[in-house]
Amino acid sequence: MAGDEVTLETLHRALPGVKPVGARRQVVNLGDWLFYIVAKSLALLVIVLALLLVADLCRGASEAIRQFGLKFLVGTTWDPVTHQFSTLPTVIGTLVKGFIALLLAVPVSIGSAIFLTCYTPRWLRPVISYPIELLAGIPSIIFGMWALFAMVPVIRVIQIWLKAHFGWFFLFDGPAVYGVGVLSGSIILFIMITPIITAISKEILLTVPRAQIEGMLALGSTQWEAIWKVALPFSRIGLFGAVILGLGRAVGETMAVTMVGGNSFAMIHSLFDPVHSMASQIASEFSEATYSLYVSSLIYAGLVLFGITILISLMAQFLIWRISKGKLALLD
Amino acid sequence: MSSETYAINDLKTRELEVPVATATEALGPDNGVRLRVDELSAYYGKVQAVKQVSMAIRTHKVTALIGPSGCGKSTFIRCLNRMHELTPGARVEGKVLLDEQDLYGTGVDPVDVRRRVGMVFQKPNPFPNMSVRDNVIAGFRLNGVRDRKTLDEVVEKSLRGAALWDEVKDNLQKSGASLSGGQQQRLCIARALAVNPEVLLMDEPCSALDPIATAKIEELIHELKEQVTIVIVTHNMQQAARVSDFTAFFYLGELVEFGETGKLFTAPEKRQTEDYITGRFG
Amino acid sequence: MNRHFRFRKFVEWANWVGMLCCISVSVFFLVAILGYVLVHGASYIDWEFLTAMPVPAGETGGGIANALVGSFLVVMVASLMALPIGIGAAIFINEFPSHGFGRTVRFLAEVLTGVPSIVVGLFAYALVVVPSGGFSAFSGSVAYAFIMVPIILITAHEALRLVPDSLREASLALGIPKWRTIMGVVLPVSSRALITGAVLAISRALGEAAPMLFTAFGNSFWNVNLTKPIATVPLLIYTYATGPYDDWHQKAWAASFVLLVVVLLTSVLTRAFLRGNSNE
Repeated sequence: MAGDEVTLETLHRALPGVKPVGARRQVVNLGDWLFYIVAKSLALLVIVLALLLVADLCRGASEAIRQFGLKFLVGTTWDPVTHQFSTLPTVIGTLVKGFIALLLAVPVSIGSAIFLTCYTPRWLRPVISYPIELLAGIPSIIFGMWALFAMVPVIRVIQIWLKAHFGWFFLFDGPAVYGVGVLSGSIILFIMITPIITAISKEILLTVPRAQIEGMLALGSTQWEAIWKVALPFSRIGLFGAVILGLGRAVGETMAVTMVGGNSFAMIHSLFDPVHSMASQIASEFSEATYSLYVSSLIYAGLVLFGITILISLMAQFLIWRISKGKLALLD
Repeated sequence: MSSETYAINDLKTRELEVPVATATEALGPDNGVRLRVDELSAYYGKVQAVKQVSMAIRTHKVTALIGPSGCGKSTFIRCLNRMHELTPGARVEGKVLLDEQDLYGTGVDPVDVRRRVGMVFQKPNPFPNMSVRDNVIAGFRLNGVRDRKTLDEVVEKSLRGAALWDEVKDNLQKSGASLSGGQQQRLCIARALAVNPEVLLMDEPCSALDPIATAKIEELIHELKEQVTIVIVTHNMQQAARVSDFTAFFYLGELVEFGETGKLFTAPEKRQTEDYITGRFG
Repeated sequence: MNRHFRFRKFVEWANWVGMLCCISVSVFFLVAILGYVLVHGASYIDWEFLTAMPVPAGETGGGIANALVGSFLVVMVASLMALPIGIGAAIFINEFPSHGFGRTVRFLAEVLTGVPSIVVGLFAYALVVVPSGGFSAFSGSVAYAFIMVPIILITAHEALRLVPDSLREASLALGIPKWRTIMGVVLPVSSRALITGAVLAISRALGEAAPMLFTAFGNSFWNVNLTKPIATVPLLIYTYATGPYDDWHQKAWAASFVLLVVVLLTSVLTRAFLRGNSNE
């Protein structure tokens, strides 16, 4: 036993922090302090990077800001030859495509979410929702590929038919033969944002307390009435947040829209007009921007896009944060 | 030590075997005191959970802390190894003297304190990503000590000390979380013993266990007190009567009464103590 | 009374059909897109495609080896930057309570996930390409890192939150300093979820084309030099798809197929990996 004690004693002395009674020591472990400093610096770095983003965008856009000021946002000329730049048509193009996509996506995605949570047996739920969530993770370039080669020819046929039969209606009074344009852009955006809105809506609907639904059913309501009168009003805020998140994604989307949204700069008059979104304009023209005001104007457009998406994102985060208190991890 | 359960009425008639030495020890003020607590107060923000408690914890004896829920006994015990201050907003005043050194003195590293005053928790918490062997020596390995041969000796010694060696000696590589509840708790005791603490704190160690596992641990406590001074928090009065030499009764953050277990349970001095023991409240 | 009840029943049925249509639409597009890529892309994949260099425009044959290597390189360098920042910040937020500073960083990360990738590209352009005078693989890595950090931070934070406090207490009560507790107990216990988050961020970065447009810029030739432009798979898909040659279009499909396989495999494997954790 004595031999044991000796080796164990040696072992215990090897532990850091073992000092005889009365020795003076630093109260805070050096290791702890260093670790804290490093971790805190990394957290601060995240904030610094965000600020740097804003600062660099402003700096890059400063030449255009000085030149055009706020007229940039309301003008309708984009002419590299005469050094005239403004973004109203592309802002309108972005927002129109986004909202049409939302118009299509909201019923489909919330309808899908309702179907998944209320009409699907529990065992079947993951089978269907899992592929839909997979869809959310597909890179946008692949959506763009499919849209360009598979979807646009179909849209072209539809557009030509619509123009032939309803061409008097202003929405259908445009260059139908292109195939690319507001309609195509909106539809591919709709396909892209539906999975995201569905996934989040499904989570939100699952938080509706069963007791409330069962209460309605016990009173003799049908399943649908219970949903319409109880589940939807209860989750109204969260669903709205999910929709806003989808809009944010639609507004910021680049590759797919560049490929099928049409690349022309003009105020849109019909669904068939080709028109840039802010993102697709930057993507298409940046490599051709040959002088600094051109580049600066494109960055200015990027800053405007950034501002719009941040506003949308803040709104969505605020709504979803309030509902789920941060429990929803990233669903992208 | 038998593991019969005592009905509450039996306590008044049961004769406790009190070694003569303990009786004289109890009289001398500095005789055999391992931990001396001096006017200890503990706060959660503005709420005071422990109110100026003083007591002397004797070497190689078991001291039990009893009292109704929320009386501060768990907060108190966590002050003894400087775990209370880890809660955000928590604060401690007063002194805790381990062999005459104030654990809350300036210049004292809490990490050092916790190595000398170990703790076993209510719910067994072995590290799930480590084997049984690695759990026992976690106190060494996580501090970077790697001497394989000596560590093997520590593993066997600690597991024997926790009465777990025979049950796991052929399965040391299994995950710590794969043992039964009672075995996990004994593993946690082995883990705490491995770093050779002078005092072992136990915060309701049996409340998550079945009666058989509980009995095993109570037996273990009797053997352990030869090596290490034990302070145990329990909400089970019979358990306190079974295992402890001294008992402290807490109520609403104050130490109401402290004394030899036999005397406290058969002839308590304070009315409140008697009411609690006879089940009038709590 | 009977008629009204029948009407409500009809409404119920009509809505059920409506919901079914909605979900069918979602599933239909999924099948259409995956199927199309599979059909058009899989047949063109062969060893040459994966290992050969691109041939001059308009000619057939050749492959996308430079883009495969380029993507791998750019994403790897980005991960080396993004992982320490994301995980380190998550450790700070979760393990060192800090009166709202941590919550601010987490909220900021959630907002940053909404920044369009083209804007991130502009940022990397202004930060790296302009001062250094030219496009480079490294600037592409910076762009990818900016996209990855919020994802890693959020998933790592959630992973750390799942580690029960009782384990931290057990370690601290043994006399182990806090930093060793974090490194030796908290991180290993949460390792599965941490790895999953990292893999998801990497897979997301691999598919992004927009940031590469004016950072890594693309390169028809072999390049492993970080200071020069480099080819990446998503950008190559875009260039080939919008180009005039049929062979390029074909190659774009095949490359899409490769990208799709990588992304889907990652998604499936990480789910299985994570589910294995909860079975322990």
